[in-house]
Amino acid sequence: MDNIAALLPALIMLPLAVSVCCVLIKNSRVCAAISIISAAALLILSAGTLLAINTYEAGVLRYAFAGWSQPLGIELQVSGFTALMTALTCLLVFVLSIYSSVYFSSSDKAIRFWPLWWLLIAGLNALFLSSDIFNIYVAFELIGLAAVALIAIENSRAALIAALRYLLVSLLGSLCYLLAVALLYREYGTLDLVQLASMTSDSASSTAALMLITIGLCLKTALFPLHFWLPAAHGGASAPVSAVLSALVVKGSFYLIARFWLDILAPAASDAGLIILGVFGAAAILWGSAQALFASRLKVMVAYSTVAQIGYLFLLFPLMVGNTQTNAFEGAAMGAITYLIVAHATAKSAMFLAAGNIMRIAGHDNIKQLKGLVRHCPLSIFTFGIAGASLIGLPPSAGFIAKWLLLSNSINTGQWWWVIVILSGGLLAAAYVFKFLNLAFTKDDDTFTKADIVRKISPIMPLCALALALLTVVLGFNAQWLLDISGTLVYETTGQGFTVQNLAGVAQ
Amino acid sequence: MMLSQLTPEIMYSASGIALFGIGLLGLIIVPHIFRKILAINVMGVGIFMLLVSSAKRANIDADPVPHAMVLTGIVVAVAGTALALFLVKKINDLAPSEKSQ
Repeated sequence: MDNIAALLPALIMLPLAVSVCCVLIKNSRVCAAISIISAAALLILSAGTLLAINTYEAGVLRYAFAGWSQPLGIELQVSGFTALMTALTCLLVFVLSIYSSVYFSSSDKAIRFWPLWWLLIAGLNALFLSSDIFNIYVAFELIGLAAVALIAIENSRAALIAALRYLLVSLLGSLCYLLAVALLYREYGTLDLVQLASMTSDSASSTAALMLITIGLCLKTALFPLHFWLPAAHGGASAPVSAVLSALVVKGSFYLIARFWLDILAPAASDAGLIILGVFGAAAILWGSAQALFASRLKVMVAYSTVAQIGYLFLLFPLMVGNTQTNAFEGAAMGAITYLIVAHATAKSAMFLAAGNIMRIAGHDNIKQLKGLVRHCPLSIFTFGIAGASLIGLPPSAGFIAKWLLLSNSINTGQWWWVIVILSGGLLAAAYVFKFLNLAFTKDDDTFTKADIVRKISPIMPLCALALALLTVVLGFNAQWLLDISGTLVYETTGQGFTVQNLAGVAQ
Repeated sequence: MMLSQLTPEIMYSASGIALFGIGLLGLIIVPHIFRKILAINVMGVGIFMLLVSSAKRANIDADPVPHAMVLTGIVVAVAGTALALFLVKKINDLAPSEKSQ
């Protein structure tokens, strides 16, 4: 088991090394080749970690840098949930790297793209693996700076303005978090997550720190009403960048909000606070879905759909009210959220890639002028449809399982009012997905009759998008498998399995 | 009574938090983009001051960890400021007639 733990730094070091290589090489083809190979290596490594955690009884792997253990040293730590997040990151990065190698093949943006891409991945893995609140701050800044620069490579004035606004928001969020780190260090004298969790009380400075962390990270997660920067930033970036921002970057900050509220600063968290977070989540579902319905550009529509899906994640908090477990990453609600994160990450990245393909083919993404598009890119529209079905929550997709688990949790905990929100969110999602599909399947009246308007794209691009969309279906068909993994992972210390049957049993 | 409790540590900490507040106010209410970037730096300096002042707790020797954090924080702040300034310049270059807001 120590062998696997010794490989943990590689999940951060390898992306950093590839990033430096890509800066030095300056040849986009070589960079793309190195990137795909490294992404495959990362995928194997993270899958190995996940399997090791799954079979390992303690459920947590630790790595102390240079052999310095606590309290002096800085540790990497991976538990079941973070191993799953890292594996998800590496899986998406692998597919998106293949897609990007084609997407950027005919432009000089590739040379700027690859180094930043790998910095972003290093930041994401560092965020999930760090066991030190200050290192998490550094990871946030690494992610923030790389993400802003990745949006800026589009080089249009609109994209640059979106990037600048995202940068200011990201810096503000990080500074709020850093102030909370300073307050926590002042009070408890440690930066280690595990040590902190065992020491925290509901003192005034802990409460202040929790508030600062919540505001700062909600800005980064784009929880309604702090989502104002997201549609322009995610809608204006290039397709693979939008995909990774929506699928992974917002989840990183969400993971930490959950970790602080339910685990590390749990003594300072109040039930009222948990419910307020849920109310903002509910507002995000309704507002984001409605805005998506009225959006005139396809990518902006997909970006607003992210705002709505983030809202679902925040329903975790009210469902944890009165949770008597000692470890907050236990409990049925966390299983549902884990499933939702995986479902949304795969579906949304597939959708952004499909939207990117459509934009390449049609030359724009103005929804009204995409009539009859299905004749020119059937695969991308098909992908969009499958991903849309998962976002709506239609069976047999991962989104269905996730929503179903959320619904049964709301009923089990007696909080039936969330059911209304979840179901209306699904209806609104159906409205905006079918609004676009309806147009795409309408017989065109002259919009695309001239063949020269339509550009050809490499078949690899729609296939990458399709692969991600099929993944959401596989996860939906094979619910038991992921629930087993997340069950043993999320509930590692209780030793109880977590199955569809026993959840359904409780629901009846 | 109040003044006698006002140790240097508390004074430094309070001014750190005050700086953070001033910066936050500036970031929100000042429309000019350069001032927004400066305001973010003021916020950062406030946090660094709070961290440095927390190095002396109880009667132990100065704790080196906050200094390491401040050093890292300064590097990150420089990188963020540089990126922000570059973006502002790029936005102005793309639309020379318009002033960045």
